[in-house]
Amino acid sequence: MNKKQKRMLIRIIISAILMIGLGFTDITGVPRFLLYMVPYLIIGYDILIKAVKGIINRQVFDECFLMAVATLGAILLGIIGEGDYTEAIAVMLFYQIGEWFQSYAVGKSRRNISELMDIRPDHANIERDGQLEQVDPDEVETGSIIVVKPGEKVPIDGVVTEGASMLDTAALTGESVPRRVTEGDEIISGCINMSGLLKIRTTKEFGESTVSKILDLVENASSRKSRSEAFISRFARIYTPAVCYSALALAILPPVFRMTVMGLPAMWGDWIYRALTFLVISCPCALVISIPLSFFAGIGGASSQGVLVKGSNYLEALADAAYVVFDKTGTLTKGVFEVSGIHHASLSEAELLELAALAESSSTHPISKSLIRAYGQEPNRSRVTEVTELSGKGVIASVDGRKVACGNDRLMEELGVPYKNCHSMGTIVHVAVDGVYEGHVVISDVMKPDAAETIRRLKAIGIKKTIMLTGDTEAVAASVAKELSIDEYHSGLLPGDKVDMVERLLKEKHGREKLCFVGDGINDAPVLSRADVGIAMGAMGSDAAIEAADIVLMDDDPMKIVKAIRIAKKCIGIVHQNIVFAIGIKLICLLLGALGFANMWLAIFADVGVMVIAVLNAIRALFVKKL
Amino acid sequence: MKKSYKIDVDCANCANKMEEAAKATRGVKDAVVNFMTLKMNVEFEDGEDPKAVMDEVLKNCRKVESDCEIFI
Repeated sequence: MNKKQKRMLIRIIISAILMIGLGFTDITGVPRFLLYMVPYLIIGYDILIKAVKGIINRQVFDECFLMAVATLGAILLGIIGEGDYTEAIAVMLFYQIGEWFQSYAVGKSRRNISELMDIRPDHANIERDGQLEQVDPDEVETGSIIVVKPGEKVPIDGVVTEGASMLDTAALTGESVPRRVTEGDEIISGCINMSGLLKIRTTKEFGESTVSKILDLVENASSRKSRSEAFISRFARIYTPAVCYSALALAILPPVFRMTVMGLPAMWGDWIYRALTFLVISCPCALVISIPLSFFAGIGGASSQGVLVKGSNYLEALADAAYVVFDKTGTLTKGVFEVSGIHHASLSEAELLELAALAESSSTHPISKSLIRAYGQEPNRSRVTEVTELSGKGVIASVDGRKVACGNDRLMEELGVPYKNCHSMGTIVHVAVDGVYEGHVVISDVMKPDAAETIRRLKAIGIKKTIMLTGDTEAVAASVAKELSIDEYHSGLLPGDKVDMVERLLKEKHGREKLCFVGDGINDAPVLSRADVGIAMGAMGSDAAIEAADIVLMDDDPMKIVKAIRIAKKCIGIVHQNIVFAIGIKLICLLLGALGFANMWLAIFADVGVMVIAVLNAIRALFVKKL
Repeated sequence: MKKSYKIDVDCANCANKMEEAAKATRGVKDAVVNFMTLKMNVEFEDGEDPKAVMDEVLKNCRKVESDCEIFI
């Protein structure tokens, strides 16, 4: 609670006690009026002042004016009638309680959300003359060496020059498994150093670092307004004056009609009371606060899960997603080549891999590197002699005195070794030892472990069609599409063709359906910006992707796409509930008020009660962890 | 030129009204008020002095919402 809220709470309590206390006295006449004015003014003086200021500034139709007119009117009815002033005080009291609650709830969720995104580093440590000095991260120049102690946040992007440690990246990616870094590894700001002391050479300024970019993005996210928000703003602009004039008409027309046409008594008091009730019901607060709050909570909740949304409008579009278009490499597959199969004959799997890795140990070709990675240890190069590299074919080397040939079909044909063709997709490395065929190693771009599950779940949450675009060959594309059960694929595409393809797909969709494109941010920036919703994944540190995409997934887990859509659907669901609920209840109460069925108390519920419920519902959008 | 200012205002509808008032101020090309982060992003017309324009913006905002604050 801040100072303002505390003062308000005290005013609410004092005024409520006085009002209840006065209910037990039986003073009448002018003293009664004066006594009742004390709690009324305590709770409502600021509203009255604001209403007057509004009139002076020609901003007549605001909430304060509505409240002032409604309560002063009720007091007037009390003076002419049997002296019931409680209603006026109660209306003001409940209005203020509602305002207080709203301010408290909004403040609280503001804090909650900023805590979720608590990645802003406070300082950077710089070593000067053997002493550690704390400086503002803004002042650190690119290329400086900074020291990050265990428990501290990495303030600026850079490369580790000394030390090894585990990093907690949860605030950035939502990923709870710590990441290991050692000398030479790139490190991004916003991670928390968990175990060892790290020295980092900065590669960027603070303002250009990941942490600044993310904070900037999230803080400005709700500035891009969604259709629902624009609708509510427009609605509120028309709604308030409309209600005021209706209330005026309700107070004047029926009594006049009764008097002149029907010849009945006018019942002015009755109709004015109805008009006042009408005014109390009418406040648009519930709507105006709950819609942006829902989006804010949704975006905040999403960022806690490593899904950064650049604006409420994108969250809204994502909820309508019907087509999801994937780029293959780096999105569904890892984009790095790995040994995906070893088909061996007489030698064991490990032996075959060892021979291949050793033979290729001096080569720098990507294929050789992936063989060595799969081998898992530093190859002992002293075992390898007489290496001959045959460009475009492979390598022949002597390993432990045995002649090992590693390479493609053409190498085997040249050596006259009969080889087996492999049905697996990818690059095949045949291995022959002393002229005898021993088997082959399959190297391919491996599927991400969750890729198939992602496609299945996307279908389950109502995605109509999944489409894969790739620059790869037809055979590879077909096999990946089949394995993941993707509905449609297009292969052999150049980056420019992908844009054309997405435009064609955009024409296919109907009505409100939206098309998402998911890419890794490399070479696909034009497609990301062309799609209704561009989702970039694995974006930690990739500026181009953060720039071009509408939604950024902080790590490269495809399941996050499903999560993002679920969060969007939940958030939009809440927004719709609030719109329907708030407008619905208001309209019903307005009708009841006009017909004389609703008293002031129901009116207060329609105003404050609906707002409280809508705000509580909006905050639900924050809880997305289990989605 | 674009600048971002911290603001203080109590209700969401008031924030909407501030946005309208800021947009209508001379020298302001576009303005967005974000109630949730309590920020006002103002885009100025070319050649306008932000300080002078913002004084006007604050004056206009005070007209529609008497107890709002913009931290210029």
